[in-house]
Parts: sequence; structure tokens; C-alpha cells
Amino acid sequence: MSVHTLTVDGEEVAVPAGATLLDAVRAAGAELPTLCHLDGLTPVGACRLCLVELEGSGKLQPACATAAGEGMAVLTQTPQLQAYRRMAVELFFAEGTHVCAFCVANGNCELQDVAVAVGMDHSRFPYQYPQRRVDASHPHFAIDHHRCILCTRCVRVCDEIEGAHVWDVANRGRECTIITGLDEPWGEVQACTSCGKCVDACPTGAIFRKDDTTAEKQTHRERPQLLRDAREKHQWQNQ
Amino acid sequence: MTAPKLRFATVWLAGCSGCHMSFLDLDEWLFELAKHVDIVFSPVASDIKTYPEQVDVCLVEGAVANADNLDLALQLRQRTRLVISFGDCAVTGNVPALRNLWAEVDGGSRQSVLDRGYLELADRGAQHPHAPGIVPELLERVLPLHEVIPVDLFLPGCPPSAERIRACLEPLLRGERPELTGPDLLRFG
Repeated sequence: MSVHTLTVDGEEVAVPAGATLLDAVRAAGAELPTLCHLDGLTPVGACRLCLVELEGSGKLQPACATAAGEGMAVLTQTPQLQAYRRMAVELFFAEGTHVCAFCVANGNCELQDVAVAVGMDHSRFPYQYPQRRVDASHPHFAIDHHRCILCTRCVRVCDEIEGAHVWDVANRGRECTIITGLDEPWGEVQACTSCGKCVDACPTGAIFRKDDTTAEKQTHRERPQLLRDAREKHQWQNQ
Repeated sequence: MTAPKLRFATVWLAGCSGCHMSFLDLDEWLFELAKHVDIVFSPVASDIKTYPEQVDVCLVEGAVANADNLDLALQLRQRTRLVISFGDCAVTGNVPALRNLWAEVDGGSRQSVLDRGYLELADRGAQHPHAPGIVPELLERVLPLHEVIPVDLFLPGCPPSAERIRACLEPLLRGERPELTGPDLLRFG
């Protein structure tokens, strides 16, 4: 197995060929906030929180979607990166309508967590309060689009792990939205197997079980990786 | 010689008063606080009706939702050295600002919330309140405090725990600026 050697914040680290910069950062024991990334799903680099700087080039790259290369020097905590990360999190809060106080995911929300991680104590951008929908047509689950950050984890977990491809992305800009089926009510999409993987993958309270009320959402964000390992490496959870 | 006492105020704008309840949860530490500050204006610790001059520190709970909130916010900024956004309503708008979702639909957020509260849900005698000079007019958009006046410190939480409030105030009493980091001291909700 070929190996790439690189540095992360000056720390030398070796990762197998094919690893991403995020793998290398984690191998070096450095902390890097992520939102759209979920172990076991194909990276998309949508949220830009894991941006790192490649020394010498000055270019910023999403660590989750960039291959680690021999001799790279990666910086994860420059003042510029920290400023951009905080700005990105503020924009997430300002773009949707995220009210932690009565959210189903309060206390178990990755957006809430990254706000703490980047030191966001308020948003410098005015809140938009966009007109979005709530779809509660599915018998067990619901989606509140006000809480959606368009990370596309639901799209990917449904397509790549469940194989149902119920979810997709429609429109662009501020009209961009997650849809079910051919933009039908979720409860009418026959392809949905009601497996709940989208609920587990969702980083916020956007997709939730109807039984859960404020701060009751429990998630199992490790499951896509467990399922992928089971299928591809025949490693089972109980082994 | 002991240091002069800080002139300390708390203000309640559009919020549920939960942040003030949490402030009272400081329990016996309130005695410690009282040694270092004079409470010059507060809905829970003073009967003064007019916001005084030359206030050193003010905790402001609540969003800016009506004309009275706006007047008091502007006034306290002029008369206060250090203004603290106290809790999620002041910091983000939080629940009181949810009516902003109606800001551009069905006649606007103000009309929608008044119709819902006073007409649609009334059991009998449905009518809008009308008492100029007594009942303040709602603003069309509910705003976090820092969109109305410059804010010096942010203390998020719904409500911020008593421990978090203490972690914010204690350094101020020593003349230092608090560093609020990590999930215990800096978390919405």
C-alpha cells in the first residue's frame, strides 16, 4: 500500500494513498469543523467549514473533498480560515430560520455545535426569514425546510446507502431546496422505504421523527459508515 | 479604599423574562454581586421607572419588537458604558421574532400576529386593542438588539444558565472582559 507523507500545522503525518486531507487532519489529531461531511458518504464540499490552506499556494481547499498528496503542507487554523469559518456559520443561521430554543434537535444539533466551535456569539448578518415549507405528509417523519442547511446528507444517504434515491435538490440560489420524489409530498413517494436513514444523517432538526418534540431528537450519525463497512469490508458491528 | 460600586441595570424588552428568572437563580451569589454593584434599574430588583444616567453595565433581555422597546434600547445605549445582549431573544430575535416569517405575506407580520391573537382566537368580543400612549405599537420586524444599537458583549442561551451569567459578570466586577467560549458558556438554545 502506498503512503503519502505530509504535514498538518507542522505535524508530520502519513496516510494511505486515496485518503483525503480531512483524513490526514484527523490522523494528525487536529480539530476541523464539518457539517456536510458524514463518514460513509461521498464528500461534496458543500458547507466550506473544513477549508484548509495549502502552504505555498495560498489557496483554500475543502479538506473533505481534496486528495492528500505527498509533501503537502496543510494549515488548518490561520486567522483567515477562522474568520471565514465563523462567517460561514453566521450565514447558515441567517439564511434559514434556526430557533434552537424549541427545535427538536436542541442539544443534538451539529449546526449548534459548530457555532460553539467557531466562537459565534451572534450573527453579523440580518436573518432572512425565508418563506419555506413544512412537509408532514409521511406517516412517521417530517421535514421542516426552515431548518435545512442544504448539506445534502439525506440525498446521499438515501441514494448511496439505502438505494432508494427519494431525495434530490431543486432550484438554485435562495430558491434552492431539498425535494422528495418529483417534488411531491414525501408521504406520496412510493420509493421511500421509511428506513429513517435521512433522519439519522440530518445534522440539524430539519428531518425528524414525528414522535419527537423539543430537544428529543436522537440520531445515529455513525450508521452510514457501519453499513458501508459491512457491505464493502464485511466488517459487522458485533464482530 | 474599596473600589466604587458599579452602576448596574437589567432591562426586559420582548422576551419571556426567563433570562431574568435565570438571573435570580444566581441565589446566594446575588449577595456577592450586591457588594460590588448598585442596582439602578431592573424589573426584578428596583422600582425606578426611568432609565438613569451613567450606568456602567446593563443586561438587556429580549428582542426589539415594539415602539417602547425601541425607545428604551436607544435611551439605554446613550446612558450605558457596557451593554450586554442577555439571552437568545436579544442576541438572535429567537421566539418573538418568529412573526417575521409573515413579514411579507398576508398583510405583514404585525397585522398577522394581531389578527391571530385578538380576532381569530377570541372567544367573544373580538377586537384589536387601541390605546394610544398606553399600548405600544408593534414594529413590523422584530430585531435582535445589535441591529438597533451597538452591543458590547453577547451572552446567548435560552435562558443563559446562572453559571453562565456569573461567568460573564464576575470578570466585569474585576474590570476584566469575560471570555465566553465552549459549550457551557457559549451555546444557543
